[in-house]
Order: sequence, then structure tokens, then C-alpha cells
Amino acid sequence: MTPPPDRDGRILHGFSNNEDAVLVKAPPAGLALVQTVDILGPIGNDARLFGQTAAANALSDVYAMGGRPWSVMNIAAFPSPTAESDTPLSILADILSGAMEKVAEAGAVLAGGHTLDDDLIKFGLSVTGVIDPALAARNDGLCPGDVLILTKPLGTGILATALKAKWPGSGEGESEMYRWTTRLNAHASEVIRATRLKAATDITGFGLGGHVLEMAEGSGVSVELETASLPFMPQVEEFASCGLIPAGTYRNRDYCSCRTTVAEGADELRATLAFDAQTSGGLLLAVPAGRVQEACERLAALGEPAFRVGRVLPLREKKERLVLA
Amino acid sequence: MLIDTRGLSCPQPVLMVYPHLSGTDPVDVLVDNTTSQENVSRAAAKNGWKVEAKEEGDGIVRLELRR
Repeated sequence: MTPPPDRDGRILHGFSNNEDAVLVKAPPAGLALVQTVDILGPIGNDARLFGQTAAANALSDVYAMGGRPWSVMNIAAFPSPTAESDTPLSILADILSGAMEKVAEAGAVLAGGHTLDDDLIKFGLSVTGVIDPALAARNDGLCPGDVLILTKPLGTGILATALKAKWPGSGEGESEMYRWTTRLNAHASEVIRATRLKAATDITGFGLGGHVLEMAEGSGVSVELETASLPFMPQVEEFASCGLIPAGTYRNRDYCSCRTTVAEGADELRATLAFDAQTSGGLLLAVPAGRVQEACERLAALGEPAFRVGRVLPLREKKERLVLA
Repeated sequence: MLIDTRGLSCPQPVLMVYPHLSGTDPVDVLVDNTTSQENVSRAAAKNGWKVEAKEEGDGIVRLELRR
């Protein structure tokens, strides 16, 4: 494993001489810390790309606030080599290598980590980011009239299920899934800062519907998602219509159902897929109507997709906290 | 034909039922969770089958798949 470069000497005293803790330089005055931790079980069949995915997924929580990753710590669970264990240690090395590639891309440094012996592989990062607290985008900052823009297509839960089923075509689905899950949300974060957006989140385990509902409740508003406009990765709708929908997706939908109205005429499958549990999904940006063009131009200039998926409404009755139109 | 998927989780029930959807003989499927029920129903409907769900008690549902 090659640790990410420490170009500006952020690590003041490292762990090379068996130190149990690491001395990290504080960020410049006036900036606040943004801290998070996220750990995943394996997704797909490629250890290095799983490592990249888990790292991108953990870093994403910092990006969703408009922050910049500063330092990270690895957290890994792995079966220790024994006569019974058939998991070679090279798998752990590949996971770590993949993760460090993404940490380097994010411009953060490695401040250590911890591995524990466990039958099931898990990997993730604890991430410390820096942010100007006045510019932090929040979960509870939605305003009626805001347009909701998503920066990655949906469907990692479905593609992972198809892969588990070894369904015909799932191999191509795996490549497509990794193409998105390993992608950092760094550019979208840059747009949060440049456009001074007040509200954003990243789309992960609760699915687009679940995360939007959380934002709506925190902000005291309702939200409408246009099912016809939801972007899906290739093959997702086909696999889903064959019944390859994971339990987590149904759980998300059912958990949100008493606060969700599905409009007449909305496609039932798409309304269910709005809750597909995502791994390392995109950012959902809430953009005031007058700045939508500016935000989309900034995203396009950075090579980032901008899918317009819905809008924020004034508060409606409880059952219409989330409307799937 | 009776397929018992009780105790199994997604995507196993769909994988057990799918090969029988290319035929025409009636298929009954026992499921014990909503994920299996919805996924098996979707798979059947996609292949042109009609699905009727009958509660068997104790959270078990019999899905009657008819061509």
C-alpha cells in the first residue's frame, strides 16, 4: 500500500515508529472541522474497486457539506490468516491500495488506522475535513422553490443484487456500478461552495427518497420527485422488473410510506426504485431557481452530470411530505 | 409444482422460480417475507403470468402463478 502524498506536511509526527496516535497539523484559522465515519461490507467482486468505493463513500459525507477532506483513518475488519481461513491477506492489501488511490485523489493524508479480526470483511474510513462554517451546506436548509439536482444515476442496489444472482448481463452491470461508486463527489462539492448552496446531502443507504424525506422533515417543507426524470444506470430497470430488488430497497420504501404519496399515473417500478439503497451515490443539491443555470454550467464545466429530479414545495399534510409525481 | 422459498432471502427465491416461468404448468410458491413476495410476483408478471396471493397464516403467503 502506498500512502497518499503529504505535500504540505500535514502529518507532524507519523506512525512509522509504532506510534499509536498521529500528530496532524490543524487547519488554517477560521475553518471548522467536519468529521464522519462510514464502513461498508463488500460490494461486487473486485477488492481494489471495493476499496475505492468504500473510500469514496466515506469521503462523500464531507463533500456533501461542501467540505474538503483533510485527513483520514482506515478501519478494516478481516479474517486473520488461519488454517481454516481461505481469504488471502492480499485481498486486504488490494482493498487498502484502492482506498489510498481515492484518498490521494481527494488530497487528504493518511493518519493511521485500525484492523480487527472478523469473519466478515468490512472496510471504511474515518474522515476529517475542513470547511468554512458559514458556507456549510446542511440537511435542513431546503426552501420552497429550490430545484433538486442529482449528480450520479441511481441503481447500485439493483446492480449488486443482479451480480449476487449471477444474472445474465450482470458483469457489465458490475463495471457500470463501479464506474459510479468509485467516483468522488469532489466536483459537486466545489459547486456547493462556488454557488453558495445552503442545502445538500449525499445519496446512500436510505435511497434518494429516504434522504430527501429526511431533508424535507428537517427543513419543514415538502418535496416532489419526478419519477419520469429519475436517472438510472443501464440495465437497472430491466433487472428490477425481473424481481432483482434488494430487501433494503423495499425496507426504505415501506419505512417512508406513511409520509409518501405516489401520484396517480406515476410508474410503480420507478417509484420503488426511488428508494433503491445506494452505495457511494451522488450528491443531491438544492439550488434556488434563479441559480439553476449557473449551478448546471459549473457542474458541466467540471465534467459532472446534473440530473434535475424534483423540487421543494411549501409544507403539505403529513402524507405528502414526499410526493412521487 | 410447489416451490418452498421459506427461510431464503433475495435473490434466491427468484432464482428458484425463474426456470419454471418458461413452461406453462401451474406453479405455487411459498414465501415468508414481502421482498420475496414482491420479487417473485414481478418476475412472474414480466413473463406473462398471473399471480394470486393467498395468506397461509404465520406470515406465510402462497403465490399461485398461472400462465
